[in-house]
Amino acid sequence: MFDAPDLSFTALAPLLFIFGAACVGVLVESFWPRDSRHPVQLAVALVGALGALVSTLLLAGRGEVTADGALAVDGAGLFLQATIAGLGALAILLFAERALDPARSAFVASVAVPAGSPRDRELLTSPQVQTEVYPLATFAIGGMMLFVTSNDLLVMFVALEVLSLPLYLISGMARRRRLLSQEAAVKYFLLGAFASAFFLYGLALVYGATGSVRLSDIRAASLAEGTDVLMLLGLALLIVGLLFKASVAPFHTWTPDVYEGAPTPVTAFMAACTKVAAFGAILRVLYVAFGAAEWTWRPLIYGVAIVSMVVGSVLALTQTDLKRMLAYSSIAHAGFLLTGVLGLGADGEGSGLAATMFYLLVYGLTTIGAFAVLTLVRDGDGEAGHLSQWAGLAARSPLVAAVMTLFLLALAGIPLTSGFTGKFAVFRAAVEEGAWPLVLVAVLASAVAAFFYLRVIVLMYFSAPAGGADGERGPTVGVPGLPTTVVLAITATATLALGIVPGSVLDLAEQAARFVG
Amino acid sequence: MTLSYYLVLAAILFTIGAVGVLVRRNAIVVFMCVELMLNAVNLTLITFARSTGTVDGQIMALFVMVVAAAEVVVGLAIIMSIYRTRRSASIDDANLLKY
Repeated sequence: MFDAPDLSFTALAPLLFIFGAACVGVLVESFWPRDSRHPVQLAVALVGALGALVSTLLLAGRGEVTADGALAVDGAGLFLQATIAGLGALAILLFAERALDPARSAFVASVAVPAGSPRDRELLTSPQVQTEVYPLATFAIGGMMLFVTSNDLLVMFVALEVLSLPLYLISGMARRRRLLSQEAAVKYFLLGAFASAFFLYGLALVYGATGSVRLSDIRAASLAEGTDVLMLLGLALLIVGLLFKASVAPFHTWTPDVYEGAPTPVTAFMAACTKVAAFGAILRVLYVAFGAAEWTWRPLIYGVAIVSMVVGSVLALTQTDLKRMLAYSSIAHAGFLLTGVLGLGADGEGSGLAATMFYLLVYGLTTIGAFAVLTLVRDGDGEAGHLSQWAGLAARSPLVAAVMTLFLLALAGIPLTSGFTGKFAVFRAAVEEGAWPLVLVAVLASAVAAFFYLRVIVLMYFSAPAGGADGERGPTVGVPGLPTTVVLAITATATLALGIVPGSVLDLAEQAARFVG
Repeated sequence: MTLSYYLVLAAILFTIGAVGVLVRRNAIVVFMCVELMLNAVNLTLITFARSTGTVDGQIMALFVMVVAAAEVVVGLAIIMSIYRTRRSASIDDANLLKY
């Protein structure tokens, strides 16, 4: 009666690897003695992420639709999967940092203990850690990797939830400032569930209009019968759900709160990996499924991109907290990325896809690096995120200031950093598609954005050190342990290298830039 | 029998849910409104399964139920943790993060 679907296990290897590691992590959580659980969980999560990275690289060049049409393992999907797995491995290394905080970890010892209770104060300096963060993060990485290869709206919805649910949980697990962290989790959860309901209603309407949720069937139906109201309504709702995940401006309100409240390693993870996953899915939905209806969604994305760039850049100017500033900067970058999305021609031609994928990679690396530096500067109450506390940092710790300067310059898009190459690529793609007014706005927004990045640099190098005069101790710069050092070394090197010699990676992105399905 | 009544009912339920999320203040009630939206989608899916003569919609409704159940687990855990600290599930009280 039912035929078993054709499963190409080779093409599914990266997903099997990462989900396998996540399941092993759950078992370790149940059966391994608590005292030695942390290193084991870390090893399992890292093996999973790196194994997934290696297997995507080995699969490079494939292009096939598998699992009965539910998954499209193609060049673009594999490139994005490799990006997610690599960035995810870096984020997991940040999770594992235990040398910085006298409280031993960024994550709470026991989530179930109410914040502020006597037991909570006792556990503040305990070496115990809620090690569930590792399997949860691994599941989130798996969900993201599934998200960018899903060729079916239903699989995409399931992947969306698999990536979101663990993120809601781990953003509430900060060891310090637990109330903020829990508040961030509640906000993220309620708004995230709201947005996924919109995505789901869009899915239902598209199903009603076309009789299928397979992306290729939707494309065929829209070519054969044109687009009716039901389908357009469905498309609009799908886009709302996806833009929410990508934190694009009118749907961005959760971003600053969640980025500020979540533990900083988790913020790094969300800022880098979720963005890659969300844009992968946006590109796939827009071009594979609704490529034929291009002129109906193009003006919408055009407007949203402008709003996102302007809102992100202007509101970042008014921020006094570095984490919040980087959150608004991520909203602005989402707008720049949409510029690249519009740089893709009707049939997936044009350099927009390659440019967007390259931008996602360099933005992810730089963001993880910047958040890693944020974890180093601390005062008695955890991380010192207020701008005034960063004044004169260069005098106290020239190396940290120099690394942060590199990341900020890259985020601002200054030449000889990866940010410039990425921005240049997406802007060129958009101009080639005739979207030059959009690029004009993008360049102006970049100029505004450069101001607030440079302000931090000026503050670090040319201001009197914080807290020097009134006898208060300023923030200290922690000496990072091995994990954070490795992350900083990799991200800083990549940020410089991709700015000076981006050729090979750009070529790789261009070769990978195609969708099947 | 016209199936469009069911679609209209589903749209009304979805709208009630969406408005509820925006105006209600208790996290649990907001969450129930989200669930109402998901169930409105289920009704839509099943109606379309009937009108297009495919079973896909019914299967999808099952998927949605499973995902909604998982979401309940995660959501109530998060709301519980904040309630135990603050003794309140009002989302207006959770106002430490702003601007």
